[in-house]
Amino acid sequence: MRKFVKGNEAVAIGAIYAGCDTYFGYPITPASDIAHVVAEYFPQLGRVHLQAECETGSINMMFGAAASGKLTMTASSGPGISLMQEGLSYLAGAQLPAVIVNVMRVGPGLGNIGPEQGDYNQAVKGGGHGNYHSIVLAPASVQEMCDLTMKAFEMAMRYRNPAIVLADAVLGQMKEFLAFPEKEAVKPDTSSWAVHGDASTRQNLLTSIFLDNELQEKHNWMLQEKYSSMRTDAQAELYLTDDAEIVLTGYGTSARIARSAVDRLRADGVKAGLFRPITLFPFPTEHLERAAKAGRMLVVELSNGQYRDDILAHLDRDIRCHVALVNRMGGNMMKVEDVEKKARELLEVPE
Amino acid sequence: MIKRATGFNATFDRKEKGTKATHYCPGCGHGIIHKLIAEAMADLSIQDRTVFVSPVGCAAFCYYYFDCGNVAGPHGRASAVATGISRALPGKVVISYQGDGDLGAIGFNNAFQAANRGEHFACFFVNNSLYAMTGGQMAPTTMLGQKTTTTPFGRDPANEGYPLKVCEVLNQLQAPVFIERVSVADTKRIMQAKKAVRKALEIQRDGKGYAFVEFLSPCPTNWRLDPVASAQFVTDQMEKVFPLGNFRDRSEDVPLVPIEIPRLSPSQLFGQGQEGAAAKVDRPFKERQFKFSGFGGQGVLSLGSVIAEAAGSSGRFVSWLPSYGPEQRGGYASCSVVISGNTVGSPTVDEPDVLVVLSQQASEKFARTVKEGGIMLYESSLPAPAVNEGVKVIAVPAGKIAADNGTPKALNTAFLGAMTALGLHGLPEEKVLAALDASFATKPQLIERNRKVYRAAYDWGKGL
Repeated sequence: MRKFVKGNEAVAIGAIYAGCDTYFGYPITPASDIAHVVAEYFPQLGRVHLQAECETGSINMMFGAAASGKLTMTASSGPGISLMQEGLSYLAGAQLPAVIVNVMRVGPGLGNIGPEQGDYNQAVKGGGHGNYHSIVLAPASVQEMCDLTMKAFEMAMRYRNPAIVLADAVLGQMKEFLAFPEKEAVKPDTSSWAVHGDASTRQNLLTSIFLDNELQEKHNWMLQEKYSSMRTDAQAELYLTDDAEIVLTGYGTSARIARSAVDRLRADGVKAGLFRPITLFPFPTEHLERAAKAGRMLVVELSNGQYRDDILAHLDRDIRCHVALVNRMGGNMMKVEDVEKKARELLEVPE
Repeated sequence: MIKRATGFNATFDRKEKGTKATHYCPGCGHGIIHKLIAEAMADLSIQDRTVFVSPVGCAAFCYYYFDCGNVAGPHGRASAVATGISRALPGKVVISYQGDGDLGAIGFNNAFQAANRGEHFACFFVNNSLYAMTGGQMAPTTMLGQKTTTTPFGRDPANEGYPLKVCEVLNQLQAPVFIERVSVADTKRIMQAKKAVRKALEIQRDGKGYAFVEFLSPCPTNWRLDPVASAQFVTDQMEKVFPLGNFRDRSEDVPLVPIEIPRLSPSQLFGQGQEGAAAKVDRPFKERQFKFSGFGGQGVLSLGSVIAEAAGSSGRFVSWLPSYGPEQRGGYASCSVVISGNTVGSPTVDEPDVLVVLSQQASEKFARTVKEGGIMLYESSLPAPAVNEGVKVIAVPAGKIAADNGTPKALNTAFLGAMTALGLHGLPEEKVLAALDASFATKPQLIERNRKVYRAAYDWGKGL
């Protein structure tokens, strides 16, 4: 079945097919229509929608629902996501699965409600306190808003870790055709660790406190091993990169603009390609290395170079690759034409 | 002195293997309060179905002791965590145990709003008039003149305001079923506290709603008093500010009945989409970029959406992107539509092939963005726009056509008819009409009226 829906609605549809049991949210533009859809659909499916008193409330209600072994989610944007950072750290520390959708808007501060990607570091590097990582998935279409929301639930549960779907205002508000998931995901058995309020889980405890230094360190090493093991889930799209002399890279809406620029360059005989990470944590380093063989890489992002910095951090030092940046902020989008122009300039740079 | 309560673990192995001693200071009230809760849990046979939420504060380690499911979350958030658990596990017994800094300060809104929603859990609130675990700082419940590490000259109402009386505040709300303040300073008071605890847990066992019990509790360490003097301080000083008593017991009232909502499966909810109309790659097809603009209420977003839907059901790749913002009611509105023979790249349209404007503001804003060889349609009552060389301009009397055909507001539909006639979207007409009809699914009386306007505009376009 196909329907013409907004990206935000596709998130809610993905959550339903993933088997999400509980949703706790607080209104904020441009993420609110996820809550509108959930508020309409969830009660009819016998699932829980509750509007919390604040984002701190939402994320801690999620902590409770996740501790109960239920699939839980929220959706918000910049300022609201900032308020949830303490809760994210606790979820990671207590190893609880939860899905947080960030429909990014412009910051810092109140900023405005246009599209930006300035929450990259907050999502990918941590955001809250302590030695943890969230799983971060970056949709670039309405279809992926649904599919990666489902994947976020699956990975969150498999790794017992919070997972962030990092979208932006364009992806949330745009409409495309969505092919619906074919069937609902199978509910995982959580009785070995969750509290169900029954005899079999009476001895279970969910906490992030380890007063003993040795135990805390052991716990932290275990978490680091878990984050390393996620490498096998790294995912990216490589578009026309095999023979490319220049590779453009971006995630989310930026990747859409970059793709248009690649098509225009190719139409003009320029060998351009696109590297689009689908998972931002774990980062698809192997795909990046293949793309970097082009020797020139143009980073396209709606932020101040946060994503470019990560590209540089992930690039193997033995790979020679010029990296340039084209970006905009404030709710403005770069024009395809400007990206194309920048790519041509970069091609002029000697090897 | 007192026999071990049955609701506790036999030994507190989460604290230290084999130990039977708690981590509390001598004379602290937490031990007594724990015992009352543990006994009540065991007596009511609810341990298997109970989940206990520990706070952050001296009682952060409740999970050392209580023999039931345990969860420990962030400082101040136990009421939010308990809300999540009770919503996720309806019918189970949930307990939130919180101190006065935790509940009264950082977490007050979470506690207050949970009480106001009538969440199904018991909230046990321990008031010892200060932050104990972090070193005796002032809490919202610190009494006037009371010296703490952050009020060394005594709490001054001119600087720190007045003690927060949580029971009295919560008693202003409609939803709570049970509210009582008790003390654990002496045996007689402990017996009353025991009754309140039991009542709060019976209300949970029976699924009746929110119950709140505040305990006045001694803190000899931070008060720098011995246990006997501490107990006396509770009775002599704290009770004056925080009078004991039951504020409310509505456990015999008829419970609320939720609104009945029909139950469906996902396929029943979503069962009305299109089948098997996936987009097909068509490389020779030249991508077309559209922009529709006017002011809010003119239906420019739905005009773009109808064309996009028709394109999607014709096997094209398509995206629709609205401008949106605080001005969404009234002010300027526009949307971009890209129809392609392959995956759509950027959904934003900087230089449209086709621009449709319904307002002067939109005309001024976008007329010069139309690419060479492109076309601009505008409402004929507006001034003629200035466009770049090589751009064709057509004035469409959309307002007049709509009015003459009985639906003055349908000028967006008139533009749709004109676009079909002029071959500007290149889509099969039956797909366009199907999408137009579908856009009025909730107002079927408008379908025929819009078709009439569409047809008149189409005829106008063909007559050009």
